[in-house]
Amino acid sequence: MADSGLSRRRFLTALGCSAAASPFLTPVSFASGGWDNRLVVIILRGGMDGLDVVRPYGDTDFAKLRGRKEQAQMGGQNAPQDLDGFFALHPALAGLMPLWQAGELGFAHAVSTPYRDKRSHFDGQDLLEAGSVDVSGIARDGWMNRLLQSYAGTSGETAYAVGRGDMRLMKGAAPVANWSPESGLYGLSEQGARLAQLTMENDPLFESAFAEAIALSQDSPAMDMSGESSSEMVMNTMSQNASNAAKGGGHRQIAEFAAGKLRADSRIAAFSLNGWDTHARQDRALVRPLNRLGEVVTTLKDELGADVWGKTAVVAMTEFGRTAKLNGNGGSDHGTGGLMVMSGGALRGKRVWADWPGLDEASLYGGRDLMPTRDVRAYSGWLMRSLFGLDKSLIETAVFPGLDMGSDPRLLA
Amino acid sequence: MTFNRELAEIRFGTGLSPRLRGPSDIDDMMRRLNGADKAAKRYKIEPFDDFAERIARVTEHWRVRRQNRGSEEAAKADKAIKVEKRRARKAKDRWLWQTLRRRAFTSDGLRERLAFFWGDHFTAQGKVSVMKRATSPYIESAIRPHLTGYFADMLKEVIAQPVMLQYLDQKYSIGPDSTVGLKKESRRKGRGLNENLARELLELHTLGVHGSYTQTDVTELAELLTGMTYNGQGQFGFRADYAQPGAELVLGERYGGGAAKLADVHAVLERLAVHPDTARHLATKLAKHFVSDTPDAKLVRHLEERYLASGGHLGVLTQALLEHPASWLPEGGNIKQPIDFIGSALRALSISTEAIALNDWDAIRDNFTVPLRLMGQTWQQPLGPDGWPEDDAEWITPQRLAARVGWAMSAPSLLQPDLPDPREFVGHALGGRASERVLFAAKAAEDRVTGVGLILASPAFQRM
Repeated sequence: MADSGLSRRRFLTALGCSAAASPFLTPVSFASGGWDNRLVVIILRGGMDGLDVVRPYGDTDFAKLRGRKEQAQMGGQNAPQDLDGFFALHPALAGLMPLWQAGELGFAHAVSTPYRDKRSHFDGQDLLEAGSVDVSGIARDGWMNRLLQSYAGTSGETAYAVGRGDMRLMKGAAPVANWSPESGLYGLSEQGARLAQLTMENDPLFESAFAEAIALSQDSPAMDMSGESSSEMVMNTMSQNASNAAKGGGHRQIAEFAAGKLRADSRIAAFSLNGWDTHARQDRALVRPLNRLGEVVTTLKDELGADVWGKTAVVAMTEFGRTAKLNGNGGSDHGTGGLMVMSGGALRGKRVWADWPGLDEASLYGGRDLMPTRDVRAYSGWLMRSLFGLDKSLIETAVFPGLDMGSDPRLLA
Repeated sequence: MTFNRELAEIRFGTGLSPRLRGPSDIDDMMRRLNGADKAAKRYKIEPFDDFAERIARVTEHWRVRRQNRGSEEAAKADKAIKVEKRRARKAKDRWLWQTLRRRAFTSDGLRERLAFFWGDHFTAQGKVSVMKRATSPYIESAIRPHLTGYFADMLKEVIAQPVMLQYLDQKYSIGPDSTVGLKKESRRKGRGLNENLARELLELHTLGVHGSYTQTDVTELAELLTGMTYNGQGQFGFRADYAQPGAELVLGERYGGGAAKLADVHAVLERLAVHPDTARHLATKLAKHFVSDTPDAKLVRHLEERYLASGGHLGVLTQALLEHPASWLPEGGNIKQPIDFIGSALRALSISTEAIALNDWDAIRDNFTVPLRLMGQTWQQPLGPDGWPEDDAEWITPQRLAARVGWAMSAPSLLQPDLPDPREFVGHALGGRASERVLFAAKAAEDRVTGVGLILASPAFQRM
């Protein structure tokens, strides 16, 4: 599978002379029944404070941690939602309680990647997406791409990285589609596209990106390949589409786009949500990213429809958790153990998976952070095993080399 | 390989121009860089001190609004705040256009590139009110005057900038045992230590993430930095009553211990500036930015050595970059970041300096602000304090490349009504780089707009 990216590129180039004219990239159907399930991976960039999002109010030490006292209070004006008598959900996610009740929402607490001690966002995210054990010797490709590499019968439409941001998780030899809802090859005629392709032919980076842009912009509503519109019209359209997509942060549009692809031939979609680095006034700062996460989940559910939602698992993960105590500004600093958010009709939800480490000083990692008791990758691994029927040994060698997945948390219903 | 006039403009400047003659050799490049900052004089960007007056006005309106809740006066203050915010937003657009004009018309492209590089190294953006628009003034005042001075001086300047102090949550980082920290009120407000700036100062600004520091160094440095703050007038101040008393141990050395003072912070910055880890971090970043994602190890070592030998002098570091043969290898070449791409396209097109009026917000938004966002570079809003990515592949994704092609096909004819003949333009834009393929495309294009667009969209133009 190592050269599947290349062969796709050759495939696109071979058809390139008529690329702009026709929707030449016929989506490939999936032969195997195992691939009927859907997986959505959301990277929460910035380090989400798991202790605030799913609050262990039943742990008596939680209220004792500086600044956490109010978070530990059930009821009151901020009204966290009780989940199971021990954990409570942040009020900003209260809108997801019906999903919790329906068993379509769950969490894995006190989890982390193997990343420790330096607490850098950027290394932390790289490790999360590479799925490696440590920063030195980090894999060049992302774990999701390695999953695709290990599975025969994937096509360029199987997996989508959505949005303008970069998704290392998806990078590698296996073909992955990259697109953003507002993108399009504006202002380019068929002939122009052909010539542009010619100028890019000897630069592989440009050649493959452009071939994909042509293929994917076929279904972009704003595409005009007639080449007859004026520069001004083109510029206005670009600007208009961009501002529509950016309204309210653009997260809903991304979820709609991803759902559209998953309803059709795609099986995996990944994108990021930013804004989790809450160093100050967390009571305010965390509300917006949580609202967005909640809206993304409900948009996916609505747009996928009952049938596809029933076959879908959504998992949101972050590079690390934050300090157990709040800092001097009502925020929290970079920490270690954190939280995974899981949803979807396929989930065996309404539970918080956790081997709870406790929050007394001696139980904290480095005396400051929630102690991670399980690897994020173990949950991702079991999810892929359950959704796609992948061999455990394949996950432990190819997708997450060196990982011991441990016991099955039975994530799916 | 050594100096080459075209490569000097493409790789170390802001692109080729049909009108402006590039530097004749490395000495000429350094002479221009060390000379007067003509571009800044001609295409003005507000210095931060002037910007601070906007902050002061907003602070005053806030006070009026707070003290007269519900009254007509409060409503007036509220309106005045909205006006200030709108003005600052527009000013930010204006400064983007000024930044592009500098790139399009300068004879000293290296200065523009270095100002961008160091501005990105010290990424900062305001988080509240008008401060959100203060990044250009911050770079103009704190970065640009220090491009050829000692790194320690740039560091000291940057760390005292309100934009940075707000961005990395330093403003209210208060020593738990300081005079203010011990007050009941501070406890109630939950004010105390914040380690964000200290961490990024070590991880991003100086030693690098592979540097030899620990969590303890981060915490100690955070304590040492307490007192670095600014007031409602947007002016920096060192507040001894915020400062954690006692000495701090950073990288094994003691700082402070007496009466808290700014000099203790400066002492640690001077030490960090000439630390070998810092030299390696800066050398690697500079070589990656200007030369290649995978720079020649000899080049990096050369930069490191010259930097350390000079006591951390950025003029020497820049000269070292220019004098090394590995910097002039013609093949490969990084992808231009979107701002580089647009700037160099305007330069090659030789647009009029008045192509867009300074207050034509709609034109600035449609031609620059929005396209930059679609290309992945929302102007002065990178996702984190690590700034923009250097990895070529991050910029040339299908959706981002589509945005570059779209801009190349539409903006030139709006900005340069007298569009050149593509067969001629290929030389303006690419010089000796014009390949057979690009020449063919330029000739075969069905009209001027497409021909010019194809040249600008070609990898030969997109790479440096």
